[in-house]
Amino acid sequence: MSTLNAMQNDIGLGVAVNADQYLTFMLAGEEYGVDILRVQEIKGWGKVTPIPGTPEYVRGVMNLRGTIVPILDLRKRFCMDQIDYGPTTVVIVLRVECEGRDRIMGIVVDAVSDVYAVPMEELRPSPDFGGNVHVEFVRGLATVDEKMVIILNIDKLLNADDLEAVSDAE
Amino acid sequence: MTVDVSQFHQVFFEESLEHLANMESALLQLEGGGNDPEVVNVIFRGAHSIKGGGATFGFQAVAEFTHLVETLLERIRSAKTVITPDIIAMLLESVDVLREMIGALQAGTEIDVTRSAALQQRLTNMLAQAGEGLADSPAGAQVVSASESVDDAGWRIQFRPHRHFFRTGNDPYRILRELADLGHLEVKADISALPSFLDMDPEECYLAWNLVLNGKISRAEIDEAFAWVEGDCDLIIEPLATPIQAASTKTTAEVRRADEKPASLMAERRAGQDRRAEGESIRVSIEKIDTIINMVGELVITQSMLSEVGAMVHGLNDTALENLRDGLAQLERNTRELQEGVMRIRMLPISFAFSRFPRLVHDLSSKLGKKVELKLSGEQTELDKTVMEKIGDPLVHLVRNALDHGIEAPEVRRSQGKPEVGQIHLEACHQGGNIVIEVSDDGAGLNRERIAAKARERGLLAEGVEPDEERILDLIFDPGFSTAESVSDVSGRGVGMDVVRRNIRDLGGNVEVSSQPGQGSRFTIRLPLTLAILDGQLVRVGDQVYVAPLVSIVESLQVRAERINAVAGRGEVYRLREEYIPIMDLRRMFGIDTANSTLSGSLLVVVEGEGKKLGLVVDDLLGQQQVVIKSLETNFRPVACISGATILGDGTVALILDAGQLVNAACGNAAYEDSASDKVTAAA
Repeated sequence: MSTLNAMQNDIGLGVAVNADQYLTFMLAGEEYGVDILRVQEIKGWGKVTPIPGTPEYVRGVMNLRGTIVPILDLRKRFCMDQIDYGPTTVVIVLRVECEGRDRIMGIVVDAVSDVYAVPMEELRPSPDFGGNVHVEFVRGLATVDEKMVIILNIDKLLNADDLEAVSDAE
Repeated sequence: MTVDVSQFHQVFFEESLEHLANMESALLQLEGGGNDPEVVNVIFRGAHSIKGGGATFGFQAVAEFTHLVETLLERIRSAKTVITPDIIAMLLESVDVLREMIGALQAGTEIDVTRSAALQQRLTNMLAQAGEGLADSPAGAQVVSASESVDDAGWRIQFRPHRHFFRTGNDPYRILRELADLGHLEVKADISALPSFLDMDPEECYLAWNLVLNGKISRAEIDEAFAWVEGDCDLIIEPLATPIQAASTKTTAEVRRADEKPASLMAERRAGQDRRAEGESIRVSIEKIDTIINMVGELVITQSMLSEVGAMVHGLNDTALENLRDGLAQLERNTRELQEGVMRIRMLPISFAFSRFPRLVHDLSSKLGKKVELKLSGEQTELDKTVMEKIGDPLVHLVRNALDHGIEAPEVRRSQGKPEVGQIHLEACHQGGNIVIEVSDDGAGLNRERIAAKARERGLLAEGVEPDEERILDLIFDPGFSTAESVSDVSGRGVGMDVVRRNIRDLGGNVEVSSQPGQGSRFTIRLPLTLAILDGQLVRVGDQVYVAPLVSIVESLQVRAERINAVAGRGEVYRLREEYIPIMDLRRMFGIDTANSTLSGSLLVVVEGEGKKLGLVVDDLLGQQQVVIKSLETNFRPVACISGATILGDGTVALILDAGQLVNAACGNAAYEDSASDKVTAAA
């Protein structure tokens, strides 16, 4: 990945050397980031087909040009208060690596925010908040323009086989 | 630079297995009394290709063994040996041995040499008896034809490959190596034709060789080394003797070639043309085809979306609108044809599955001392490769059963006034979107009393209950049921029919049996043509649309509240005519809010899964349509009671119900019920 970034730097994307780019989005007033290379597309919230027998944060599946893609509500995933989906509500479609193969999944977030380059060494480890917060999904904390951005580990967050285990913990 | 040949091994295995299958069916054809030289040629060619490939890839055991088989076949081909049933049996056994060898090579395990060695010995003995002198090479495989001229001094060979030699896939080095195995070989390369480096095309062969082969070697052995390249090179073979003798030998050799080779050569060429005419084929990975099938599936969805939009468009001027609709109609036709065409790529004629039966019947009937004639029809009926792979074993069970239990011993048949030779008929045909395969025999038929008695003994049937015809015949599909009085290694292990039914149900099909005492039985298997498409009934549950596979729906009816009873306050049952069937409210099961929460006014869709019936309560029946099955596991994980998903015409996703799992969930399969209800609570 670093070579890819290096290449992007060379062709003048204007980011610091050895920095990963992150797409950030808003969730209950906080800014979260995901590795931009994992983002396949961003689309507006649309109708989904609920799947019976799945945890509540699995909103259902959506047809993404012929692929059946599960959509997860990140607020529900983090056990936050629910809000109605509004005009800024979007689905970020991500490529998740799981058991050596790629899966396509979507997350529902309040709004997309920005793209930042964050050098690896500026990532701060996330402190332990105790049992209530799923810190294992956090890759680290970054500071951009004096704001804190929570960088997520989406492979952990969206690992389909863990979905039930997390629901048990709730 | 060395080329890693192991990458070609898989191709060699696959091709060899194909050759073996061809050889087997040709042998059985010969057994039927035919003496068609072309059939012998088919067998010979198969053996020859396997030998060549085996030697090339260094599978010595295969090459040596096939060499013996080939020698025997060559004698048959040149009418030196008459075909007898013994020889055919031996050749059939050889096919089995080779299949085992290739299987072992494929699996990377040791080849079991005991059987092949014994057979090799028998083949050698037979050849020795027939007058084929054997050279005492360690393999015992180099056969010297007594009738061919043997020259003590050796041979001078001028080998001049044509330019295109390499493109035919031949390797001169292999031939030279083969010759070197025969005796002391002196090789001189003739590079006179070699052009300057600039003019050289690396894919062309410019080299020629002058060879001197010393030793007691027969002409036939040399011919054989060059057998593959005949026509692709100029070849002069003359003995290393006095010029006069050489000339005369050469003439005789040519004379012999004139009166024996052309016939077989012509036959070979003719066969080659026939084969090509039958249809050239290429090997394509299933993955590529599936990608195309998926893409065409998308195209169909897009097309139906466009059609819906087209129907809604207003306000354009009339001509434009008409053109648009014409175009859309055209698009619909084309996509439909494209879809059918693409689906056909995965389709193979069912003869691939049928081809193993002549052999099976041949072996089994002689083992059981029964006379049986196998009739195959509709072998060209096509079905999906995946379905084909899975239907093979159930068919084997049925045919074995027909042979073992169905067809009576010849004496019994004679005493009943039936022809001594029993008939087993395998038939396939298309019916609607299904393929129907029938296995019928003219044997004893199913013995109803014995089935009922056995079922009582096994506790499958309560004492005093007189089941109806249908129920009795259905009993034979019950797990743990077998009426064979003696357990043979043919059938009667009690794991036959239930496995048959389960396998067929797993494929979304069903199997029925009908039987007349003394006249025989008939098993009818109905299967979907493909696993990628499903005939579905769309049902509405609340605001959701689900797809129920049409094949698992028994009937649909209006719910009448007074017919619903609760058993032990838990499960609800519905009285359907004389039967009580459990019912499941899909709205509750799937945790869907709905305006109408009472059962009255709803519809009941009776489905059958795992041999049991279940009534599903739904709000409405929508249309029936063919849907393209998509996996939920690709991006998610398996979901209880759901077998997959599909995309409807409006682009939304609908889930496909799994009748078997729903029945399990409803009928007290605790594991299913608990996990399912847990999930529903979690979702609610």
